[in-house]
Amino acid sequence: MKMRDVAIVSFAQTHHERATRELNEVEMLMPILSEALAGAGIGKDRVDFVCSGSSDYLAGQPFSFVVTLDAFGPWPPISESHVDMDGAWAVYEAWVKMQLGKVDVALIYAYGKSSPGDIRRVLSRQLDPYYLGPLWVDSVALAALQARAGLDAGAFSVEDMARVAAASRHNAMSNPYAQLSGEVDVADLLAEADFVAPLHKHDCAPVTDGAAVVVLAAGGAARELCDRPAWIRGIDHRIEPHALGARDLTTSVSTRLAAEHAGLGAKPVDVAELHAPFTHQELILRRALGLDEDVSVNPSGGALCANPVMAAGLIRMGEAARRISSGKADRAVAHATSGPCLQQNLLCVLEGD
Amino acid sequence: MASERVAIVGIGQTEHRATNDGSIAGVVRQAASRALEDARMDWADIDAVVIGKAPDFFEGVMMPELYLADALGAVGKPMFRVHTAGSVGGSTALVAQDLVAAGLHERVLTVAFEKQSESEAMWALSVAMPFQPPMHAGAGGYFAPHIRSYIRRSGAPDHIGILVALKDRLNALKNPCAHLHEADITFDSVRDSIMLWDPIRFSETCPSSDGACAMVLTNERGGDAAAAEGRAPAWVKGTAFRSEPTMFAGRDQVNPRGGQECAADVYKQAGIDDPRADIDCVEMYVPFSWFEPMWLENLHFCPEGEGWKMVEDGVTQLDGDLPVDMSGGVLSSNPIGASGMLRFAEAAMQVRGQAGDHQVPDARTALGHAYGGGSQFFAMWIVGAQKP
Amino acid sequence: MTDISLPERLRGAEPVRSIRTFARLEYAYTPGRAASRFLNQVTNKRLVGQRCPVCEKVYVPPRGSCPTDGVPTEDEVELGQSGTIVSFCVVNVPFMANLMEIPYVGALIQLDGADIPIMHLIQEVPYDQVHMGMRVEAVWLPDDEIGPTLESIVHFRPNGEPDAPYESYKDNA
Ligand SMILES: [Zn+2]
Repeated sequence: MKMRDVAIVSFAQTHHERATRELNEVEMLMPILSEALAGAGIGKDRVDFVCSGSSDYLAGQPFSFVVTLDAFGPWPPISESHVDMDGAWAVYEAWVKMQLGKVDVALIYAYGKSSPGDIRRVLSRQLDPYYLGPLWVDSVALAALQARAGLDAGAFSVEDMARVAAASRHNAMSNPYAQLSGEVDVADLLAEADFVAPLHKHDCAPVTDGAAVVVLAAGGAARELCDRPAWIRGIDHRIEPHALGARDLTTSVSTRLAAEHAGLGAKPVDVAELHAPFTHQELILRRALGLDEDVSVNPSGGALCANPVMAAGLIRMGEAARRISSGKADRAVAHATSGPCLQQNLLCVLEGD
Repeated sequence: MASERVAIVGIGQTEHRATNDGSIAGVVRQAASRALEDARMDWADIDAVVIGKAPDFFEGVMMPELYLADALGAVGKPMFRVHTAGSVGGSTALVAQDLVAAGLHERVLTVAFEKQSESEAMWALSVAMPFQPPMHAGAGGYFAPHIRSYIRRSGAPDHIGILVALKDRLNALKNPCAHLHEADITFDSVRDSIMLWDPIRFSETCPSSDGACAMVLTNERGGDAAAAEGRAPAWVKGTAFRSEPTMFAGRDQVNPRGGQECAADVYKQAGIDDPRADIDCVEMYVPFSWFEPMWLENLHFCPEGEGWKMVEDGVTQLDGDLPVDMSGGVLSSNPIGASGMLRFAEAAMQVRGQAGDHQVPDARTALGHAYGGGSQFFAMWIVGAQKP
Repeated sequence: MTDISLPERLRGAEPVRSIRTFARLEYAYTPGRAASRFLNQVTNKRLVGQRCPVCEKVYVPPRGSCPTDGVPTEDEVELGQSGTIVSFCVVNVPFMANLMEIPYVGALIQLDGADIPIMHLIQEVPYDQVHMGMRVEAVWLPDDEIGPTLESIVHFRPNGEPDAPYESYKDNA
């Protein structure tokens, strides 16, 4: 089926930090909304559709997205939607609408402030409310369970995991928006105490407040707004069972399925931006995607260096697109995840001309 | 550029009640199974699932789509979660329709739900924010001043709200799925019910319900196949949605511009020049009875200030010239997250001729309408018996 | 639908109709810069709105952006302590944990100098005498109880001025 050409033409993100104590969500978003529009050289009147991703449970407030829309200034009335998913899925919704021809330019934003609450407890509210929720199993414990399964199956080693952490921090040194960066020694990392065994602290993404904005444009509009648009050549997402016992935690079936449907395998990619909040999840994802050794994985430092929940997947898309638009890459894949232990995964294949 | 015709070939809903004894998954699955059965399909026939509800605080589950993936047969498929405000059931159906229209999937299952009994809705909606103006009176207290403004502007007499409530509750008696079945309701009993948020009486407000709604949407081939088997599909003729800020200086909250423009857009797509003449029935989102005359004006069924006259003249009765809320509406069943989709589904049921005792004879074109937030989010579709 | 029936040995078992699981999550909210400035002034019993640089409308309480223009509102404007009732409702539901004697009146009050109404309580007047256009003034908590919250205003009460003409507030009514 011939799809309409849609591209990421602009991207902006906040300087991610542990807690933006002074700014509310509107104030956090306004500057990067302006920056993203300016990056495309347009005003908000050119935007045909706005879609956002955020979570009430992070904000601790029902319908929290309603107030945040004021950061865009939706007047005169706009076509707008919201997902309680990572902003990467908001891109998906926009991309679908753009296929119908009514939308030429779409603006996507996502934000997450994890600082108001206790993110590990908050994420436990995602679990089956009858069997798992009442136990308050937290997100790190579930990831540790997955890591243990992978280690025991021989899928990877603790050294492999530490190497992912070190590489991410190293890569983030060239990313001014990252929360964590620096040269770290694998041996030093391994010498640290266990956090939630077998996970060390360095295996886990930091707790982050942050936001991101992406501008999408279709066909001629994309060429008009960007010298080298990052064309979406395929985008797909798949979900797995919620019951952890019903899944093989050492692999990611849904990632592989989404990759097939997004046409990832057609040609090799130069860059992969993977939304892996835990080191072992990056290893699982690399394998599920069959990435070669020479693929640059998470040149931004990835979620391990800044993990604003609900925006971290969207940022992977933005980072991948940025590398295409700057000419550093010709083909890239961006990935986003949702749910405990990589339950749901989205893949987006991007290409330059 | 693809733009497939979209048909609704399966519709299912729960019997909406104050408390549904099923689990959250059970409630959702009940509506979905009924939609599949109606579509003569099985879970394996479905290509993608689009689920909506809002807010997550109602059931105490964050991103419930994750936990519901298994129950909705979504494993290995795309599962998309929509979260807009009170219009969410409508927005959810629109995302599902887009997936089919864009040619991405042939058969999409869309579901919306709410189990208000799982937690305290009033509580979930009024988490006290230390630095925001204090909430003094809940949703009714928020909308009552807008209704007062409407009455001031239009000069509508007091009994209009009563007439709407009476009509919707009588319609509900014909709908086995409706939550409220008040067989002995009368004009006097509505009038004499307690004035909760003056000018809103108790009997002019919606209940809190548990319930779910589901639809199966297919492309033209699927619609034609259903028609060939004698199961008339509803064809989507137009879809639109609009948003505007909650409050701003000079905002018209009685007749919001977002709603007007949304209606104009959806009529244009459906080739409707004169909505009053061209539309056979309307299922609109009326959580407080006075919103019926307000929305009649907002949706261009009459000149501004005259919606109440349509009510008074009986135009919106089930046997009237333009029946409104044939199912009994939100006033008779309100599983919030599903309420928008129930409006869309009722419109489709009408043009499919499957609305049973609340069927409008010869309904060919129907409008489904949902709104949310502070009258600021709108979602609409026009469905028809005739393939566009 | 498939009928699911219980195995024989479970037929007599009492079904579990519901389980109660309590969830407690604590949050530390951030009001943001604009609201902080406003709330700090409230502790001085001053109501300070913010003007949008684009549409020049004065917002109170400020939320950080002009909702129609999406730009920061930074220019501060001191507002009156009095305002006009734009619309209202009489509440007969014990909503505020029975803190209020019902019926009571919640009103949209457009403070003098502001372009948007705030919601607050009307007291010190019989509920059935409250009407659109009525002029009211803020009643503050005792000085030692005032904090950075709009609840430092206990309620509004009639200030004795003649009603404002409908034309003066109809844009928000
Ligand atoms: Zn402005």
